[in-house]
Formats: sequence, structure tokens, C-alpha cells
Amino acid sequence: MNVWMRKLPLMRSCKEASALVVAREDRVLQRHERWALRLHLAMCRACPGFEAQVLGMRQALSRWRHYTEENETDVDKGR
Amino acid sequence: MTTDVPPSLEQQVAELQPYLLKFARLQLRNSDWAEDAVSETVLAALSRPQAFAARSQLKTWLVGILKHKIVDALRLHQREVCVSGTSEHETVDPLEHMAFRQDGHFAERPTDWGNPEEDLGRRQFFAILEACTEKLPPVQGRLFLMREWLELDSEEICKTLAITPTNLYVQLHRARLRLRECLEMNWLKAR
Repeated sequence: MNVWMRKLPLMRSCKEASALVVAREDRVLQRHERWALRLHLAMCRACPGFEAQVLGMRQALSRWRHYTEENETDVDKGR
Repeated sequence: MTTDVPPSLEQQVAELQPYLLKFARLQLRNSDWAEDAVSETVLAALSRPQAFAARSQLKTWLVGILKHKIVDALRLHQREVCVSGTSEHETVDPLEHMAFRQDGHFAERPTDWGNPEEDLGRRQFFAILEACTEKLPPVQGRLFLMREWLELDSEEICKTLAITPTNLYVQLHRARLRLRECLEMNWLKAR
């Protein structure tokens, strides 16, 4: 058994889980981090809400990037 | 009867200059560097109008050039780009003042943001996003926009600025959490 497996079910704290949710935006999580996060998200009622916010930001930023390159007329059409 | 003369490329580029400057400032957080990058962009654009002829979107073309000039500026000012201040705003992990209980679990469930883009309209939604980005401390703001606006991956950023991944991740972590805080407050408030 791997060292990290022994820590299962890994009820890491929400604080740690949140840090991983944020880190995932900029780096590939390690295998044990991925599992810890998945398990935590499956068991926690609060953290999926935080994850939704971070994913919402990701989407908003990607739309903003396109918006910065659009012509005003396209923007008006989009409204 | 007057005939409408279509504006020349020079005129159109000149009109977009303030727009370009806004993003250059947001990304570089230094007016001199931003003005230089925009001037370089204008110069590059006007010196090869044929490169534009094939494209229909002037803004897209110019923003593309600007992004390259900005990466050059970041590389050039490498040493200054990552010098953080020591204010609490920059050194504290925003995770420390989120609503966690003693045991590290959420004290209250994170709010559902709903669909702020629809509620606020695109202009206001993005205006708040830009304002919150602008409020990030300079180093955090620069690194964050290198990821999100210049679309560089972490490795490229470290190479461009000669910083360690650890340093980069710490700053991005703070930037993202700070932005989250600001968006939450303003997207929900404006609704």
C-alpha cells in the first residue's frame, strides 16, 4: 500500500481541498492530490460550491479574453 | 452630397490606441512600459499593413501584436516584474481569512453565484472583472494575467521571468483567491 493510500479516506479539510481546487487552475495535480480532492468533493457538501465558483471564474475569464478582442459591434450583438 | 471616405488604417489604429493602452496597463502595471508596448505595436502594425489586409478584425490583429510586445516587455523588465511589496495585502494567504472553522472545514457554504453575466449584462460583468483584476497587487496581477490574458503556461512564465514554479504558484494562488473574493462581493452586490 502506498503511503498516501494509508491516509484514505482522506477527509482532508475544506481548506486543503480549496487550495487544491485553486492549484488545479495552474498546475497538474499529483495523483494523490487528485484522489484526495475527488474523494473530498464527493463527501463534502460545501466544497463543490467553492469548486463551482472557481470553475465559474475560469469560464468568465475565457469569455473575457474573447471579449477583449471583439469589435464593439459584435459586443452589442451579443447583448 | 458628401461621400463617406473610409478611415485610413492610420486613423483606425490611432483610434484603438487608448483601448490597447488599457490592457497594456492592466497587464504590465507600469505606465511607461505600457506606453512603450503600445507604441511598438502601432509601429509594427503600420509598417506592415499588408499583414492586415487579409484579416477583417483590426482589433483582434492589434491585440495579437500587443500581446507579443508585452511578453517582450515582461522579459526585458524581468527583475522588476516580480518584486513584491511587503503590505499585508500581498503577503497574506487569502485562504486564511475565508470562513473556515477551526478544524479547516467551511463554516458556511460558499455562495451560489448564479449567472452574473446574465444578471448584470456583459458590459458590467466584464467591467467588474477588470476592476477586480486591477485591484490585485502588481506582482499578483501581472502573473495572473500572464496566465489568463496572455495564455502562457506556467513553465513559459517561469522561463520568461526566471522565477521558480513555487514562487509562481504562491502568487497565482493568492491572486485567484483575492479575485474570487472581489468578484463575489461585486457580482452579488450589483445584482
